Amino acid sequence: MHPALLGLVTIVVGVGACVGYFYFSNIILDKFLFPPSGPNAGRNINRANIVRPWLFLLPALLALGLYLAYPVVETIRLSLTDRDQGGAFVGLDNYIQMASEPKFWEAMQNNMLWLFVVPAMSTAFGLLAAQLTDRIKWGNIAKSLIFMPMAISFVGAAVIWKLVYDARPPGTEQIGILNAIYVFFSGAEPQQWLTVPFWNNFFLMIVLVWIQTGFAMVILSAALRGIPEETIEAAIVDGANPLQVFFKIKVPQIMGTIVVVWTTITIVVLKVFDIVFAMTNGQWQTQVLANYMYDKLFRSSDWGVGSAAAMVIMLLVTPILVWNVYNARKEMR
Amino acid sequence: MDNIAGTKSSLKWAVHLSVAVLVALWLFPTVGLFVSSFRTTDQIATSGWWKALFPSEQTETYRTAPPSDQVQMGDLYVLEGQLFDAGSDAVVSTYGISSRAVGAFAAGEPAELRNGGTVTVNTDGSYRMESAQPFEGSRGQRLFVKAKFPPEFTLQNYATVLFSGDSTDSLAKAFFNTLTVTIPATIIPIVVAAFAAYALAWMDFPGRALLIAAVVGLLVVPLQLALIPLLKLHLSVGIGKGYLGVWMAHTGFGLPLAIYLLRNYMVGLPRDIIENARVDGATEFQIFVKIILPLSFPALASFAIFQFLWTWNDLLVALVFLIDATGETTVMTKQIVELLGTRGGNWEILATAAFVSISVPLVVFFAMQKYLVRGLLAGSVK
Repeated sequence: MHPALLGLVTIVVGVGACVGYFYFSNIILDKFLFPPSGPNAGRNINRANIVRPWLFLLPALLALGLYLAYPVVETIRLSLTDRDQGGAFVGLDNYIQMASEPKFWEAMQNNMLWLFVVPAMSTAFGLLAAQLTDRIKWGNIAKSLIFMPMAISFVGAAVIWKLVYDARPPGTEQIGILNAIYVFFSGAEPQQWLTVPFWNNFFLMIVLVWIQTGFAMVILSAALRGIPEETIEAAIVDGANPLQVFFKIKVPQIMGTIVVVWTTITIVVLKVFDIVFAMTNGQWQTQVLANYMYDKLFRSSDWGVGSAAAMVIMLLVTPILVWNVYNARKEMR
Repeated sequence: MDNIAGTKSSLKWAVHLSVAVLVALWLFPTVGLFVSSFRTTDQIATSGWWKALFPSEQTETYRTAPPSDQVQMGDLYVLEGQLFDAGSDAVVSTYGISSRAVGAFAAGEPAELRNGGTVTVNTDGSYRMESAQPFEGSRGQRLFVKAKFPPEFTLQNYATVLFSGDSTDSLAKAFFNTLTVTIPATIIPIVVAAFAAYALAWMDFPGRALLIAAVVGLLVVPLQLALIPLLKLHLSVGIGKGYLGVWMAHTGFGLPLAIYLLRNYMVGLPRDIIENARVDGATEFQIFVKIILPLSFPALASFAIFQFLWTWNDLLVALVFLIDATGETTVMTKQIVELLGTRGGNWEILATAAFVSISVPLVVFFAMQKYLVRGLLAGSVK
């Protein structure tokens, strides 16, 4: 069958099945199991109302449980077993093996660098862009152009930036803008930017900063607009200069939002895979955890160590997870 | 805030300038890709895209017409012709007859051929070979010509990428595969999540707060954790690698955000409407379909855009759950990664392929930006 047709059929069947489930399960509940009529009408209505939430929740709970909750448990189990020994329990052997691999520590080190640089730079640029664009007439157009990379895939972004970093042999015309500028001003030989150890990490990070700045800008801009004007007026009356108004009045008031933006980008960074996979594939000392894990899983077929690497990512995410749940619960009360 | 005394900075122009610089920096890489996708192979390889509007100097290899075309004029054998295509405005500066001395002769200056005779290439690309002896062999003389070519734009790259049917370069199949993955993977989680969100927002049952907290927690669980267990599961129940698996995976991974966004929105709907409907005897299913769903349209749209962008742009989930050894079900992101490997230097193909793949999300982005922003704000600002 033609893939387009297959897709169409699936949409109809998939959506039809979902809607059908909700529709018919409700009908069965209301018409047959607990009809709101007859001698037990009142009791039936109450019973139906006890069952119904679970009817509404069932598909979602099944999917969440199977696709997110179960894998967490299963990954913990897999990280403690060895596939080659038929899934025998090996304790912490996988973690010990992982810790003995230099590539893992390289990935850890790079991930820490990413964790430090990307959220900081995205938030800083986002704050700058939000503050500046709020004050000018064409700010909305500027915003949407800075925001645009959000829609571009990591793979697309990788191609875009590979073109920027492209290097041609010395003496020929450079078609990568970075080398063109570099050669023009320094007169030195063009550089293969992505193969220069340590600094190439930054060239990869720029791609993510480029994508995430728009996100930070949109959210921080909304927060900046929410600041009560009296506080700013008061500061100006007291003789504060624009920089003081920004850093001492505005920033402290949106600190909560800055933290949210920071943590959200941190999570994106921890999971970053496509950019490294498409641009360097972890060569030239640019390995990161997610790509290391993919390598272990699908190139070395080492599920034990791969799961252990996934658990490390999970462990790094956990503080943010706990913090988010804590905040959400506080808010609901 | 322009009406506040003192905020009208005298440095207004500096603000304009810095925003302009910022926007230019952010736009520049994408524009490069866009411009490159319309340039010819030779032009991309010899000049930066920012020079696309100016003539570029390139060295090209040509062959003269074969010796069979020669004519005898008096006691000379002459072979004449034109190197460039008709209508080309290229201007020859130098040329050579061996690859070791590419720019040995200026245009218009005759060059001695190894087997006797001369060849002259003029600035307009016309050439004339003369010799006392007849030219022999089956192929024409090789000429290395350095010329200034006028800027040239072409749709050829798009034709190659979209319609050529070439197995490595053509994205047509991958485009449809991506669409096939994306649309069900966007619609199904919305349906599933909307019902769950309604239950979490407007129905009372024990354990509700706990479930909401669980959803918030699952929001940040890294996808990486799910890969091995689910692949194992899919292989063991017989789904294997394929569309069904990837649809289900995307549905599962998208649900926490969907439920979270929709619940937050639905909780804010006016209580009166729902209670009035209940009093009037509407069933919960009716309330949901006829009142809640239409009112929640903005939140549904927000999530739909997120999920669409995420599934369209996804690489990892497709790699793990969809693409099997035959490569029949490859998606665009995967094919572009492959092109990066096999066609690393062919920027015209790469740029065009990448632009084709990002064009759809860009259209969605610009058309529905309002909802995207709204969703972002609802999803992260607390």
